[in-house]
Amino acid sequence: MARDTLTGSRIRERRIILGMKQAELARRVDISASYLNLIEHNRRRIGGKLLLDLAEILGVEPSVLTEGAEATLIGALREAALREAEAGAELDRLDEFAGRFPGWARLLAESRARIDTLERSVEALTDRLAHDPHLADALHEMLSTVTSIRSTASILAEPGEIDPDWQRRFHRNIYEDSARLAESSRSLASYLEAEGKAAAESGTPQEEVDALFEAAQYHIAPLDAGEGADAVAEDLGHELSPIARALLRRAFRRYAEDAALMPLDKVLEAVVVTGTDPLALARRFGTDPARAMRRLATLPADAPCGSVGLAICDASGVFTFRKPLPDFPIPRFGADCPLWPLFAALSRPMSVLSRVLQSAGRQSGAVTAMAFAQPSGPPQVNREPVFEAHMMIAPAGPRSSEIPEDVGITCRICPRAACPARREPSLLGDGLAQGF
Amino acid sequence: MSKRVMLIEDEPNIIEAISFILSREGLSVETHSDGTTANDKLRASTPDLLILDVMLPGKSGYDILRELREEAGTAELPVLMLTARGQTRDREMAERAGVSAFMTKPFSNAEMLDQVRALMAETS
Repeated sequence: MARDTLTGSRIRERRIILGMKQAELARRVDISASYLNLIEHNRRRIGGKLLLDLAEILGVEPSVLTEGAEATLIGALREAALREAEAGAELDRLDEFAGRFPGWARLLAESRARIDTLERSVEALTDRLAHDPHLADALHEMLSTVTSIRSTASILAEPGEIDPDWQRRFHRNIYEDSARLAESSRSLASYLEAEGKAAAESGTPQEEVDALFEAAQYHIAPLDAGEGADAVAEDLGHELSPIARALLRRAFRRYAEDAALMPLDKVLEAVVVTGTDPLALARRFGTDPARAMRRLATLPADAPCGSVGLAICDASGVFTFRKPLPDFPIPRFGADCPLWPLFAALSRPMSVLSRVLQSAGRQSGAVTAMAFAQPSGPPQVNREPVFEAHMMIAPAGPRSSEIPEDVGITCRICPRAACPARREPSLLGDGLAQGF
Repeated sequence: MSKRVMLIEDEPNIIEAISFILSREGLSVETHSDGTTANDKLRASTPDLLILDVMLPGKSGYDILRELREEAGTAELPVLMLTARGQTRDREMAERAGVSAFMTKPFSNAEMLDQVRALMAETS
């Protein structure tokens, strides 16, 4: 039943909550009890003064009776119900639930949102713990030093005489190890504290470049204005490590080349017609879909076609560019889902693969993913081409009628059971038992 | 003649501490810190017990262990593996490679001595 036809049900629910008899309410608004009964069963529409009087007596805003609970609350509850479909929540009675128990409904919606936030944190942290070589090395260094200190201190603390030479050596070792431990602890603490700061302080060179693009919202205005790529890289990347600066120069040269062939003003005009279709945009500019994807992903945030995400990987699957969307995160360390069309494209170069995807187990909207792989350089005699794949992601608006394919973000937090592409057990549910 | 233990570990201070403890037990200790030459050393002079770190320069403890298990002279050699990673997965990897016992750093001297004595007893 449509939401706006449930005004009567809301009046009835509110009256019952207040413990008021139907006859009493009818008397107070000066209508017959039988007429109120028809209203409460949604068999008579009401409005005007009668609605205002009922709302006043029931102690609610008239809009609460006509519109029910807030649309966002209903939306959040619907998503929560779909996310846990096996629980069998009565979707057709969402309005009724939110209207009768608004506090519980808000609590449920907020709890669902909180779970989502926590899942994202788990994802980021497990991603980091599992794949961050710096962290693994630092922990190994600390544990080795602690082992040495523990073992040496234990020897010195044991009863009995120790040769003075050995004693001196062990004292010196403990002193050295304690200094090493202090240094490695400090280093680890600074590294972990830098979590929210620029990747330049701690991450890999590619992460530093990713962070710079993210901070610029992926749009580098000076390059679109025709400034030299190297000069802009020098200016914006002066705080990066030398390797990251080299990566940034390469990325900016490509950006500048794209911008020269597909000028910003013309792209902004074109996307009014093409939207986020990279093929249509590529045709208009006589270029390849990969370049069109890159231009779409680096448009200003207020571009008329909306924002798209982009992942670019080399033939080994390592990301060289990543612009995630809120509904479609892209892990930092390449531990992503092998089911993404990005990787399928590598085995089907020069074909555009288009899929509607949904992140398995996430409370997020579907996205349209278009993937395309092509050689990353010019042809060479007797040399195998090296491929590079692009995957552009956009909210699945026009094609949302398609049934989305469930894909994961990383195996560790993916609930898909019996997935042929699973690389390691999931931390969720009984994931440890799934095929391992 | 005292029994011989070979210790392959790249932390010099751990080497000193373990060597001291084992020597005090009456064991003869030979130490190495490079993974790449470990199997050659073992072939040249097979000890009664090998204490092997996992993360070594040049070659991992798992690779050294797998290789020595394939050779007749060291296939049955008792191996005590030391690692800073104590996850189930690491333990399983060590077991698949043919480890005799596995200890996670940081361990106590008493725990290590118990393991060494137990492994030595199995061979005598």
